[in-house]
Amino acid sequence: MDAPAAPADSQWPLWEVFTQEAQGAPHEHAGSVHAVDAEQALQNARDVFGRRGKVISLWVVPTEAIVASAPSDAGPFFDPGAEKAYRHPYFYKVPKGIRVY
Amino acid sequence: MAPDATPDEPETGAGAPVAPRIVPVTTTLGPLRPTATSGQPADAFVEYCLRLADDRLVLGHRLSEWCGHAPILEEDIALANIALDLIGQAEAFFSVAAEAEGRGRTPDDFAYFRDDVAFRNAMLCELPNGDFGVTIARQFLWTALQVPFTKALSAASHAQLAGAAAKAHKEHVYHLRHAADWVLKLGDGTPESHARVQAALDGLWPYTDELFYADGVDAAVAALVGAPVVTALREDWARTVEAVLRQATLSVPVADWTPAGGRLGRHTEHLGHMLAEMQSLARAHPGAQW
Repeated sequence: MDAPAAPADSQWPLWEVFTQEAQGAPHEHAGSVHAVDAEQALQNARDVFGRRGKVISLWVVPTEAIVASAPSDAGPFFDPGAEKAYRHPYFYKVPKGIRVY
Repeated sequence: MAPDATPDEPETGAGAPVAPRIVPVTTTLGPLRPTATSGQPADAFVEYCLRLADDRLVLGHRLSEWCGHAPILEEDIALANIALDLIGQAEAFFSVAAEAEGRGRTPDDFAYFRDDVAFRNAMLCELPNGDFGVTIARQFLWTALQVPFTKALSAASHAQLAGAAAKAHKEHVYHLRHAADWVLKLGDGTPESHARVQAALDGLWPYTDELFYADGVDAAVAALVGAPVVTALREDWARTVEAVLRQATLSVPVADWTPAGGRLGRHTEHLGHMLAEMQSLARAHPGAQW
């Protein structure tokens, strides 16, 4: 990861927040907060995203540490999968009693 | 007004050519004696609960005054969350008091239909917010005591009181983490933030002595349900506070005066103004629902 760049405006650095709602469930992106360091990011994430729901765990990640695909990547990255139905597990019978998979 | 005239109302000095002579109240009244609204109550248990609840209601309201004014959005939400926690705790302790009292009063009656002399909060809680440094310092100094206090109170033999304390304890642990983190950031931050939070601590420090006020109420409730007497927690509090201040490169103030009286209903002028605003809606529309 490169050295953090100075923020372009007077806002504090941005952190992405991931919340987990149950043991074993994935941490899912909830939103972002501003904070000057990790401890404050965790506290702000708790106050903004962790106080109402049934959150049991929080992750905060510096936004600048996230590498994202560009909009122009969307075609080459994702379109080929759309027509290849055989890549999806559509052709199996789901056993009785399974409601979520 | 001529010196020998007898005013039928207290002399305010307004419009007088010379300032009125200031006579200490103790020379005209003799030693201050407890009255019906300012003194030892008939029911120590109710009084004990009101002291717990009033600290939380008053400080919670003060914090709520930051809503929409905090330095950044996230901190605005954090302060409002803490305010709501404290007001929720106040409601729980008012409920315990109401049930013990058995006069059919509700938490709303306690919050909105008592005057300042009936409030039992420590004066630290009612002081104006000042700048962000004052608010944080006040929150830190008060909460550093509530963490060990509510832990001890959660072992009391009164189930409802202990339950309210246990719930409050969890919240206070977070509140202390929030306040201590800010004390570190302000104290060990810029020269301006350091100077402001040090000035805040110096100004508030005398009021911390009252947090350790204990009287017959505490002794009675300690004997009755095993509730903690706050004086026993002073060293614990001092250790917590001094450790954070040291780390924050702040100096521990020394108090050369120590106001007291909040627990007996004698408050600073600030409480009455705060209550006038806080209670105005409930008093204008008694029993209103939404």
